[in-house]
Amino acid sequence: MRTAIVDRVLDPTALLAEVASPDSGASTLFVGTVRRLHEGREVTGIDYSAYRPMAERELADVVAEACERYGTAHLVVEHRLGTLGLGEASIVIAVSHARRASAMGAQKFVIEQVKARVPIWKREHYADGSREWVDPTRAAVSDADAAGIP
Amino acid sequence: MAVTVLLFASWADALGSRLTLDLPPDARVRDVLRTLDERAGGAGLPTPMVAVNQRYARPDTPVRESDEIAIIPPVAGG
Repeated sequence: MRTAIVDRVLDPTALLAEVASPDSGASTLFVGTVRRLHEGREVTGIDYSAYRPMAERELADVVAEACERYGTAHLVVEHRLGTLGLGEASIVIAVSHARRASAMGAQKFVIEQVKARVPIWKREHYADGSREWVDPTRAAVSDADAAGIP
Repeated sequence: MAVTVLLFASWADALGSRLTLDLPPDARVRDVLRTLDERAGGAGLPTPMVAVNQRYARPDTPVRESDEIAIIPPVAGG
């Protein structure tokens, strides 16, 4: 189990290797990336910033809770800060577990908790030169809506 | 008492990243928010959460001069 908030490019395959274990039957890798379109606007990049000491602690708490809830110690999360371009990874979550359902469950738990409570913010840069803080509480279409999840 | 407040994202853009507020000695988190709302004066800022000493706090959580108080606008990590 390890978490980090970093100012460098993320290396998803390194995290996948880090959670590998002969006792695991499944590994999952989640990579969150900067997307071109947000609510119909063309995004050119995102600034990520944080209340760093609290974000580090909350992220560690989330991962400790996931490890306890799903029964694994093989969980690594890194979140990147700074200015990221299209397609660059902002977060990587790697999990391995004896059972695939638990690996996938732990991964989903972590990303949802990160989005709900870790004090990290993003300011999107748009093609028209403007910049705006993203406020998920105002988002017209959340990922859950987009996936048809009630 | 003088209380230092850290602000982030849209709230930092509007009011700066660090403020000192003069509050009564029995102040609670809701008093911090009310004072900041008055300073922001209808800037249309999103309703924030508040952390005291890096833990999410409730409106009735007491604040002390030595506390690290942070205004946490809606988070958007991931």
